[in-house]
Amino acid sequence: MLLTGQSGLGKSTMVNTLFKSKAWQSNLPSLEVPIPQTLELHSVTHVIEEKGLKLKLTVTDTPGFGDQINNDKCWDPILSYINQQYEQYLQEELLITRQRHIPDTRVHCCVYFVPPTGHCLRPLDIEFLQRLCRTVNVVPVIARADSLTIEERDAFRNRIQQDMNTHCIDVYPQKCLDEDINDRILNSKIRKQIPFAVVGADREHLVNGRCVLGRKTKWGVIEVENVAHCEFLLLRDLLIRSHLQDLKDITHNVHYENYRVLRLNESHQLPRGPGWVNLAPASPGQLTSPGPGKASRKSYRDTKDDEC
Amino acid sequence: MSKQQPAQFINPETPGYVGFANLPNQVHRKSVKKGFEFTLMVVGESGLGKSTLINSLFLTDLYPERIIPGAAEKIERTVQIEASTVEIEERGVKLRLTVVDTPGYGDAINCRDCFKTIISYIDEQFERYLHDESGLNRRHILDNRVHCCFYFISPFGHGLKPLDVAFMKAIHNKVNIVPVIAKADTLTLKERERLKKRILDEIEEHNIKIYHLPDAESDEDEDFKEQTRLLKASIPFSVVGSNQLIEAKGKKVRGRLYPWGVVEVENPEHNDFLKLRTMLITHMQDLQEVTQDLHYENFRSERLKRGGRKVENEDMNKDQILLEKEAELRRMQEMIARMQAQMQMQMQGGDSDSGTLGHHV
Repeated sequence: MLLTGQSGLGKSTMVNTLFKSKAWQSNLPSLEVPIPQTLELHSVTHVIEEKGLKLKLTVTDTPGFGDQINNDKCWDPILSYINQQYEQYLQEELLITRQRHIPDTRVHCCVYFVPPTGHCLRPLDIEFLQRLCRTVNVVPVIARADSLTIEERDAFRNRIQQDMNTHCIDVYPQKCLDEDINDRILNSKIRKQIPFAVVGADREHLVNGRCVLGRKTKWGVIEVENVAHCEFLLLRDLLIRSHLQDLKDITHNVHYENYRVLRLNESHQLPRGPGWVNLAPASPGQLTSPGPGKASRKSYRDTKDDEC
Repeated sequence: MSKQQPAQFINPETPGYVGFANLPNQVHRKSVKKGFEFTLMVVGESGLGKSTLINSLFLTDLYPERIIPGAAEKIERTVQIEASTVEIEERGVKLRLTVVDTPGYGDAINCRDCFKTIISYIDEQFERYLHDESGLNRRHILDNRVHCCFYFISPFGHGLKPLDVAFMKAIHNKVNIVPVIAKADTLTLKERERLKKRILDEIEEHNIKIYHLPDAESDEDEDFKEQTRLLKASIPFSVVGSNQLIEAKGKKVRGRLYPWGVVEVENPEHNDFLKLRTMLITHMQDLQEVTQDLHYENFRSERLKRGGRKVENEDMNKDQILLEKEAELRRMQEMIARMQAQMQMQMQGGDSDSGTLGHHV
């Protein structure tokens, strides 16, 4: 899972919130120190266990972008990181004697933090999302949602959905990849609520005798795990409880295959015969520009690209 | 016999009392009749609550039919200047308030040019005032100069952004800057303190000159001195704006209703809105004075110096032009001489040709 967005939107706090969440017990040392500015990519991996099933969850935090006066091409480092993971996997896959279980460091899901302006998506957000959603599953969230009242939240959400439709930004769960009617119904419900409005907190406070994760202010305590306050639980359940396997499948079958086709076409070689296939190192420019999606799970995807 | 005492000209109570202590009242009456004018500029990224704050501060609705542009329109838009004037009256005192809004600031991906429009607007107002002041009829000069600029800093983020620093450095010599932390209800108390301190450090680090409240005079009462001290300690102000009336604890207050509580706009424990309003109102006169005495005078001297230098340049140019003209004359004379020589040679050559021809023949 990769968390990305502008500076100061609470990405690093979200990492802590995800792991401190009551659903599982993980041994994260409690950080009472205020979180400093993230300056480089930082990954935290934890093995969580539930009912005998172990899950190795890696959350990667990215430094904020979009702070400079000129933010052209500020999405390049993130995109190159994602492509780097695909490249690693590809190289492993092309070996003659492959490992039985290739270590999968690919990014299965990218959570994009949208600043809570209350108006609409900014040009920077649109550029970034357009490029990201062709490479990886994107789940946009409204960050720091405690600055919006419920009505403002809903209005903002509607406007973001409209903007995404206008600009052909296809976020997870992608409409064209729904397999059957059940999927469609389930995913439509989720699509109506995207982007989720989340609040991150890693401190615990006492509310009504219970110890909850939240932010304490003079006018009340914002409980992170209270669905009436924010939608953090919905996000966590989507990512980990209900759609985890689906995210991995789409990453493997769609995004990774697209990347693979692109790379193999570049090097004009298909893996055949003895010997290693030495792919020429790709130039960063080719991979970060939005390329056409060739492989598809269903033919819907091609028609959708044509429509856009 | 005039026994009647002229009622108007009674001798006041105490001896030695002339009566010019009445002057402030006269000034007060005149100013009230004349009314006050104030121009406030608000700058900040979209969505920080600038319009809501202005409406809350002055309890008006400055933007009744506001349409928030969609994302597609935002991509093409450049920074615009929108000035709206409203006349408010309170207890017989009229205030002509102009609010200059700057939509589109900080929206684009490349924001390098976004403050050029704003700076040229400020200069334009100064220029206009200078022109009016140097004119013949100075009776009704309209003062549209920007007296104060509220700069909205985003509460998300770890301090000032490079765009904030660049903008403030560009205008701190032209207008009084009051930094304001917007949407302060996203921050807990500790985060707020941390952010304020960080911003003040960064302002000092970059030598940005923000507006400093004047110290209270020593003859003012203690309350006022204490108030000034508190105000000075709270810069930059962290504010929340709202014009909605919410029912809280039995009474109606202006605030924002969240599922976890109500943020009251006018509660000093919740945010610094009251402090900002007090500062603006108590120091409106001072803001205007500083604009007149400091920023406008700076602009005027720069402008006149620049205008003077232009004349000097012309003088120098005149000499140069004379020299150049002389050189050109000389060149042309040489050319004419050459052409004459050529023509003579041609004629002679023609003669000699015909001569040689003659010889040949």
